[in-house]
Amino acid sequence: MSENQNTPADASTEVTVGSQAGTAVGPAERFPDPGIPEHKHRLTDTDPRAARRAERTVTLLFVLSILGTIGSIVAYVMVPPDGTASGVRLSTLLIGLGLAVSLLGIGIAGIHWAKALMGDREMVQERHPLATNDADRIVAVKDLNDGLADSGVVGRRGVLKGAFFAALALFPVAIAVPLIGSVGGDWNISAFKHTMWKRGTRLAIDPSGRPIKASDVTVGSVFHVIPETTEEFRETHEWITEKSKAVVLMVRLNPEDLRTDQSPEGETWSHEGIVAYSKICTHVGCPVALYEQQTHHLLCPCHQSTFDIADSAKVVFGPANRRLPQLPITVDDEGYLVAQDDFAEPIGPSFWERLK
Amino acid sequence: MAQQQRPTAVGKAADYLDQRTTIGVLVKELARKVFPDHWTFMLGEIALFSFIVLIASGFFLTMFFDPSMALVRYEGEHPANMQGQLMSAAFHSTVEMSFEVRGGLLMRQIHHWSALIFVGSIVLHMFRIFFTGAFRKPREINYLVGLTMLILALAAGFTGYSLPDDVLSGNGLRIIDGVVKSIPVIGSFMSFIVFGGEFPGHHIIPRLFTLHIFVIPGLLLALIGLHLFLMVLQKHTQYPGAGRTDKNVVGYPAAPVYVAKMTGNFFIISGVLTLMGATMAINHVWNYGPYDPSPVSAGTQPDWYILFVDGALRLMPGPGWEWVIGGYTLSMNLLIPGMILPGILFTLLGAWPFLEARVTGDHREHHVLDRPRNRPVRTGVGVALLVAFVVCALAATNDLIATHFSLDIFAITWALRVLLVVGPLLAFWVTKRICLGLQRRDRELVLHGHESGRIVRFANGEYVEVHTPLEPEEVWLRTYHQAPRPLDIKPAMDARGVRRKGYKSDRRWQRLSQFFYEDRVEPATPAELAAAHSHGKHDELEAKTPATSGSAVRRRR
Repeated sequence: MSENQNTPADASTEVTVGSQAGTAVGPAERFPDPGIPEHKHRLTDTDPRAARRAERTVTLLFVLSILGTIGSIVAYVMVPPDGTASGVRLSTLLIGLGLAVSLLGIGIAGIHWAKALMGDREMVQERHPLATNDADRIVAVKDLNDGLADSGVVGRRGVLKGAFFAALALFPVAIAVPLIGSVGGDWNISAFKHTMWKRGTRLAIDPSGRPIKASDVTVGSVFHVIPETTEEFRETHEWITEKSKAVVLMVRLNPEDLRTDQSPEGETWSHEGIVAYSKICTHVGCPVALYEQQTHHLLCPCHQSTFDIADSAKVVFGPANRRLPQLPITVDDEGYLVAQDDFAEPIGPSFWERLK
Repeated sequence: MAQQQRPTAVGKAADYLDQRTTIGVLVKELARKVFPDHWTFMLGEIALFSFIVLIASGFFLTMFFDPSMALVRYEGEHPANMQGQLMSAAFHSTVEMSFEVRGGLLMRQIHHWSALIFVGSIVLHMFRIFFTGAFRKPREINYLVGLTMLILALAAGFTGYSLPDDVLSGNGLRIIDGVVKSIPVIGSFMSFIVFGGEFPGHHIIPRLFTLHIFVIPGLLLALIGLHLFLMVLQKHTQYPGAGRTDKNVVGYPAAPVYVAKMTGNFFIISGVLTLMGATMAINHVWNYGPYDPSPVSAGTQPDWYILFVDGALRLMPGPGWEWVIGGYTLSMNLLIPGMILPGILFTLLGAWPFLEARVTGDHREHHVLDRPRNRPVRTGVGVALLVAFVVCALAATNDLIATHFSLDIFAITWALRVLLVVGPLLAFWVTKRICLGLQRRDRELVLHGHESGRIVRFANGEYVEVHTPLEPEEVWLRTYHQAPRPLDIKPAMDARGVRRKGYKSDRRWQRLSQFFYEDRVEPATPAELAAAHSHGKHDELEAKTPATSGSAVRRRR
């Protein structure tokens, strides 16, 4: 890039050489530029009737535009949307068509006017090199140097300069600190590692919140599950944030189909073929919602990461790297499905401190 | 002059203004300023005018939109599926303005379509700039301004898409959250900065709203001003043609031709966008429902300009690409498609003018555009990028391809993975070959003329087709350019046999330069034309054909 800043005189002479190459290097080297072709007249230039016709067309288009505007207002008044989807569609269509005619009328008229009636003789203007000429440049540099000299900072007063730049560099800190302090809420990033599932939390149906009895879960059925909580809590922001982490997909397989799950030695995280896995994809966090009964595959509709529910939800295909975390479940005394504990690992997409 | 006798109202107003602003000088400079004409110069204009439509329709929408995440119940009667649902005020007001405000849905649809066309026209405009070399000196700065605006336009689109707080856009935000979290070291904190806490929290919609209606459009407006100012200052580029040089500009005056054409174009574009908004349904959020972290529907795609990132996310294989280093997690399966790939794309685009100037050894001002065929490597790289973009965009629709054509989604994904690697390379090679072929065709035409279809039989029974020599204008168009050559560098040893410092770097640049310009076709010269004429019988015949302008070329020579 430094070469681009070469002296401008250089550049401008080069332009001259380059653009005149056709004539400068001799007739055998390059073909000559024949110059701008002869102007051809349009029909409207030579035939007054054609010109009058074009004039009429332009006028007519402007009139059409006025009619469009009127039509739009008429539609606004006469066809109020009755609230139904079809009513809204009709109102949208009519107001929009009127406005479109009104705009297109003006637009097409303008273009036709310019093309058929306005002068169409090509004009030529010269370009000049963009760089300032040398004389002006010398003055500009001198002015800057004079200004710098007047400021009295050149070569002296190092401490003053240092203080000046330090002050300028530092003052934004006073704004940045309170901003950064609060912009991330409580900054408690360890929240990524926990959900609201606790020992004994009942599994409930999403969105009704009704707890699920193990006996109601038939083989092959799929449940979208949330942790049981109060109705009031489910109408708060905190709930939406918690739900974003806590949603679970529960499936009942034939116990013999369930090859493996994630329970460690000596523990059982499933209940008679019922397994529950986090519904939040370990790729970028979409809800993994498509379950294929035949293959026991769970497919994320966003990016097609595919997990095998019968084989501890490991990744079968797609951009996800990790299996879906399993929610350890069991049944309580009343036969309701409950969590044994929170997930054993953070749910959802990976982050830097995930394993810390 | 006429004013002196009887000043008109307009004259008086102009005089009043001029005495206070010296505006006469500006009018003198601009009124009859010449701008070249070509349909591709309209692409940037489309972007500008759709931006104006965006501001106008966006203003309408802000009157009724409530950028709040406060939870409310939908009390309205229509649409029926929303009755009694708990939703954010943002979603509520979006549905309400569609159903209760007359023209509200129209304005929403116009706004959304305009956004799609806005980004689309910027991309097309940029392709035009790239393929014709309009980024060359002195326009590198304006090129960077344009590239910045493209990135801002993507940001404007995405922030706007998320505002209604529906299921689709909420999942889009969640994907962004996932990609942000994958950033090494600061990812988790960045996620907290974006959402003001954990996803989704209740800050994101107001924050996006401020960005969408104030920060991004404000920056865009300022940059549009700069973009146009530089365009007027540097004067517009022009396509090659007879009489068009780097030292002149050939075209029509700003007033009245461009005033009328641009005004007309503005109204036509607004009219077309209105027509789209009136007739083509888009983003009917009540069909998706308010944001809820649990549901998602299959066959969901982002707006078209985000497709390439989404597609790259889908193509990237997962297993084996999450690295744990010293206990910390590095998700390359997200970083590569979500950060590195777009990073490389925009860095390459931004660096291109400087890279090309360096390997061409070119410091001259250029105002006459290149024909893409005359720069085979540049054109090849452009097409390769385009192919990569399209493959990624296709990948983002792999689920739709699977359902519509009854294909296996895993097979499609694998095919596209292979295509993403092979496609751009193949596209580069084919494009470069086509460009060189077209250049040879140019030479061929200049030297031998157009086929005329007239067959002549000689006395000895030989048949020959007569070729019509080219008009001088066409000859010029096919020979005006200079084929750049690879850089010359000083030898490795100086005169005394000492290794020269900086030779290795020079050699690397030379290699790159050779990659650009080793294969080239020199334009035909008059000497070659003379040689071509002196060897064949049919050329003698050509000379005899009456009233061809080819003879004019020869006469001039």
